[in-house]
Amino acid sequence: MSSRSFLSRLRDGDEIARVITFLFAASVVLVTILLVVELWMQSALPRHKFGFSFFLTRVWDPIAEQFGALPFIYGTIVTAAVALLIAVPLGIGAAIFLAELAPQKLSDPLEFFIDLLAAVPSVIYGLLGVFIVVPIMREWIQPALKNTLGFLPLFQGPAYGIGFLTAGIVLAIMVIPYIISVSREVLMSVPRDQREAALALGSTRWESTWKVVVPFAKTGIMGSIFLALARALGETMAVTMVIGNTPTISASLFSPGYSIAAVIANEFTEATGDLYLGALIELGLVLFLLTFILNGLARLMMLLTTQRGSGTGMA
Amino acid sequence: MKRLAGILLVVLALGGFAFAQNRLLINGAGATFPYPMYSKWFDEYHKKNGNTEINYQSIGSGGGIKQVTEGTVDFGASDGPMNDDQLKAYQAKHGFPILHFPTVLGADVPTYNIPGISAELNFTPEALAGIFLGHISKWNDPAIANANKGVNLPANDIVVVHRSDGSGTTYIWTDFLSKISGDWKDKVGKGTSVNWPVGLGGKGNEGVAGLIKQTPNAMGYVELIYAIQNKMPYGKVKNAAGEFVKADLASVSAAAAGAVKTMPDDFRVSITNAPGKTVYPISSFTWLLIPSKFSDATKRDALKGFVTWMLGDGQNFTEALAYAKLPPEVVAKEVKALSKIQ
Repeated sequence: MSSRSFLSRLRDGDEIARVITFLFAASVVLVTILLVVELWMQSALPRHKFGFSFFLTRVWDPIAEQFGALPFIYGTIVTAAVALLIAVPLGIGAAIFLAELAPQKLSDPLEFFIDLLAAVPSVIYGLLGVFIVVPIMREWIQPALKNTLGFLPLFQGPAYGIGFLTAGIVLAIMVIPYIISVSREVLMSVPRDQREAALALGSTRWESTWKVVVPFAKTGIMGSIFLALARALGETMAVTMVIGNTPTISASLFSPGYSIAAVIANEFTEATGDLYLGALIELGLVLFLLTFILNGLARLMMLLTTQRGSGTGMA
Repeated sequence: MKRLAGILLVVLALGGFAFAQNRLLINGAGATFPYPMYSKWFDEYHKKNGNTEINYQSIGSGGGIKQVTEGTVDFGASDGPMNDDQLKAYQAKHGFPILHFPTVLGADVPTYNIPGISAELNFTPEALAGIFLGHISKWNDPAIANANKGVNLPANDIVVVHRSDGSGTTYIWTDFLSKISGDWKDKVGKGTSVNWPVGLGGKGNEGVAGLIKQTPNAMGYVELIYAIQNKMPYGKVKNAAGEFVKADLASVSAAAAGAVKTMPDDFRVSITNAPGKTVYPISSFTWLLIPSKFSDATKRDALKGFVTWMLGDGQNFTEALAYAKLPPEVVAKEVKALSKIQ
């Protein structure tokens, strides 16, 4: 075999396919590396000028050329956290229902609608947020929270209807389809004999679901959550429409805030001056690293579930 | 299949031939505010001069300045004049200066949503600065109430709304506030994006308008054209002569006429708070940024031809699109300045 020239080896379909698909795979890696390098180089000016204090200062003043990323990092993390707090229980609950409890007749059309929701453009969710969620928040939910839980610093201050909480809720609506869809797939891939064994040992349907199937699929479900988190961190349009676009750090979820993706989208087109532009690009770098790490974790988790699934299934 | 390929070839060849027949493409980029006006102009001009096609990308004023400085477009457009540093950078890179040509006028208007109040409110410059600095936080503050005798203003907190995206609208608004309030000038300054002392940010005119419509006791600023097209209520503003003037096409044009005496030869002038009784004080030019030297003479002549037409017949298209036209004094000055392009 080794005596055959490269060209003649290439004539084998398998080899050609191997080379071509390898190039495709390599191009993805290349694009990612290029992205990081480009973001790193373009942000050289603010990195040198502000150093680590970029992450710790709160002032964002394009005129005085003072740039601090802290309020944006805070806003990004808080809205994503609120979104996950709402979306995780709802999403996993729905996934369990669809995978384990719902009859096929109900489960299939519901899954179709969930996939549809995942494909809705984010600006549509933003409009939904502005015209439906914001008024409901201002008129009912925020006053109600203030009256009942107002002693907590989380629910104080004027109720504008927009802010961290509203942005988190809109994000939750956006990421729930992801959690449901991926979790349902993972739950359905749990081998049938696992369920049968649990039922044979005398457990009820719910016990077999909650104590056997869900733990079995745990890493995969975690993967779906990380995927949702990455999406929540990077969402731009829907967030900027409901967050209030004010770089503040406040314990109150009623307060208007700002996220990294939103400030880049808002200010990039009119950013004059190299330092200003560089600061926005450095924000992009911060966001990229955050989502990159989380996405990587999610993929790893997915991989682990499938491997462990088949392994345990055979044992 | 072969026939299809043949047809395609012929079409391509013809297309290439037509393209080669001195079709001239001029590229520009910049401000979004005058985009509807510019696209109308470029379209009309193309109808008259079939050989000249002007392609304009409304990427924002900052982008326009950047692209024309880098030489990737033939001309730029901006809602705020280039500052001295930017001019120097251009000169250093190209070896010749860039010129400003005002095209139309725009204005910002204060708009508000106070439940139960439909009256047209009067705003003094002091009240506007106070509100946007956060010093004036209630609607019944004497600074607002004294200018609105007979209107029963509520004791509610004012919810300030501003633009969150960088924009020429914000530039005009903050330029006006910087002129009439030393406090504003020191603490905030003027620019397309600023560090707002108070308020919520809405994306675009529509974002600001949406927030104001939805939030009781809110106030903010939008472009005059946007307010007119969407039939939004807006207030009068006290001008430098002490008169409360409502923004309309005439009072905005008057601002340019009022500033004509003090207009520098490079047209880089702010006409906010301009003198004159009928002047609306929060008005501004928007500019084309044209290099003073072209290596391609046909391109130069075509662009000069367009600007000449725009200053003449072109101005007749402005009011249908709710842009205020240039006063004749400014047009005359610009026609003279055109000879600087070589």
